[in-house]
Amino acid sequence: MGNVLVVAEHLHGKFPKTTLVGLQAGKQAATLAGGRCLAAVLGKGVDALAAGLAEYGVGVIAVDGAPYEHYVADAYTAAIAEIVKQKDVEVVIGAATAVGKDLLPRVAARLGGGMASDVTAIVDARTFKRPMYAGNAIATIQIDSAPRVVSVRTTAFDAAPKDAQKGTVEKLAVTPDAAHAQARFVEFAETKSDRPVLTEARIVCSGGRGLKNGENFTVYLEPLCDALGAAMGASRAAVDAGFVPNDLQVGQTGKVVAPALYIAVGISGAIQHLAGMKDSKVIVAINKDAEAPIFQIADYGLVADLFKAVPELTEEVKKLKGA
Amino acid sequence: MKILVCVKRVPDPETVIKLTPEGASIVTDNVKWVINPFDEIAIEEALRIKEKAAGTEVVLLSIGQKTAQEQLRTGLAMGADRAILVLTDQVVEPLAVARVIEKLVGTEKPELILMGKQAIDDDSNCAGQMVAELLGWPQATFASKVVLGGDQKGAQVTREVDGGLETLAIPLPAVVTADLRLNEPRYASLPGIMKARKKELKEIPLAELGVDVAPRTRIVKLETPPKRTGGRKVGSVQELVQVLHDEAKVI
Repeated sequence: MGNVLVVAEHLHGKFPKTTLVGLQAGKQAATLAGGRCLAAVLGKGVDALAAGLAEYGVGVIAVDGAPYEHYVADAYTAAIAEIVKQKDVEVVIGAATAVGKDLLPRVAARLGGGMASDVTAIVDARTFKRPMYAGNAIATIQIDSAPRVVSVRTTAFDAAPKDAQKGTVEKLAVTPDAAHAQARFVEFAETKSDRPVLTEARIVCSGGRGLKNGENFTVYLEPLCDALGAAMGASRAAVDAGFVPNDLQVGQTGKVVAPALYIAVGISGAIQHLAGMKDSKVIVAINKDAEAPIFQIADYGLVADLFKAVPELTEEVKKLKGA
Repeated sequence: MKILVCVKRVPDPETVIKLTPEGASIVTDNVKWVINPFDEIAIEEALRIKEKAAGTEVVLLSIGQKTAQEQLRTGLAMGADRAILVLTDQVVEPLAVARVIEKLVGTEKPELILMGKQAIDDDSNCAGQMVAELLGWPQATFASKVVLGGDQKGAQVTREVDGGLETLAIPLPAVVTADLRLNEPRYASLPGIMKARKKELKEIPLAELGVDVAPRTRIVKLETPPKRTGGRKVGSVQELVQVLHDEAKVI
């Protein structure tokens, strides 16, 4: 039986929660496929990361070297394809993050196999469920050829826990050929924030066009986020209008989140936004338009002027936490 | 230089999607069809490059039924030079799309392929990355800024990634996929629409290309996701905090 290979993305020497979600999906697929779960960590100087990854009970394959210092799709594709070849891999899995979305289709083309993107459930080792049409349809997809490549939606699986049984670590040397050593990393302008990461937060407060400008995100929404310990998100309308940076966008073509509590402030609730947050456990909507579609899916709706309601809410939350 | 822009005909994003009773496909009656919004951004970017660099040719490519002529004409009306429509009635999955593009690159020899980062119907976000791999070209997906080198031998592309913006330097030929913030696409002007009628739109039956489009994946079924129903309205901020604390127990 074939093995499952998880691509373990890392940032600043750590594995984000999204990587652990990918591991969990990989372990599930390996059980269904009757094979081993392997995990690939690529980079420059990845010994500590590889050892950390082994604690999740997977067979770690570390590819270490200058071509992998920064993530680039072409070089990473060459290395993953080599691991697939050497390790009898039947399914390649990664989280559908910006890196996963960039890398995995390229790997699928390299392997000539089928691909399923943004998978929300693994039925068996060749059958997967995934949303289409902005989440208005759920498709069950069967991939007939192997190796198969799958990216998983980061809200659809739990994070893998550490395993009592440590996995092995093996080093593999791969030098990308000339065709896979063309793109060059120049820089990463990171958005600095002390707030939780959007895709990991237990509470998310998102603002929409109703906030009117970027300054109002700072004056009204940020204090609410801080009082709740929440991550800040935004609708596409707010991002397009330049109120906040693009990586805060929640929706079909932005980030998909499913926190315990999602508070939508001044967001009307277009289909494309709902596609990114409708699996949240509790949804609250604050909007002055009682007819806004967001109220049709909100557990609790408050029809109010957000410029009055949000500061009040911030104060009430502070009182509650102080009590 | 020559830029190939790939265009897909998709249901308008505002369309409410319904499934057929047997769950095999979506109901297409009364659906308004448009250029995939991300592909429209790709066309606009190609036109902006053309406006800056004289002698640039912008060629549109679509794969699908004859009806996709509509979207190609719209792209020509925006300002593209000519269009190719690969005709097929079958659903072509991303890898097959990539193989068709690869084949046409062999005859068209573009220096740059521009396309949307994802089609808003199947939401796969795959074809651009796949065509880059098949051609052995570098890729820069999710682009929010494209700066071509003066010698047109390379480009610096800013990409929208998790947690910020990343910049890649890529030699040409290359594949770039467009994200939302790359530009604001223009509307076709009336003279543009008139001119588009006379521009070349070449049709090629898919079978004539001799490309392996055998599907690797199969949609076993389509289902409507469970509907989330709204709860209730609360009368005040105080009540909201109280229900979130006592009832939902989330704060």
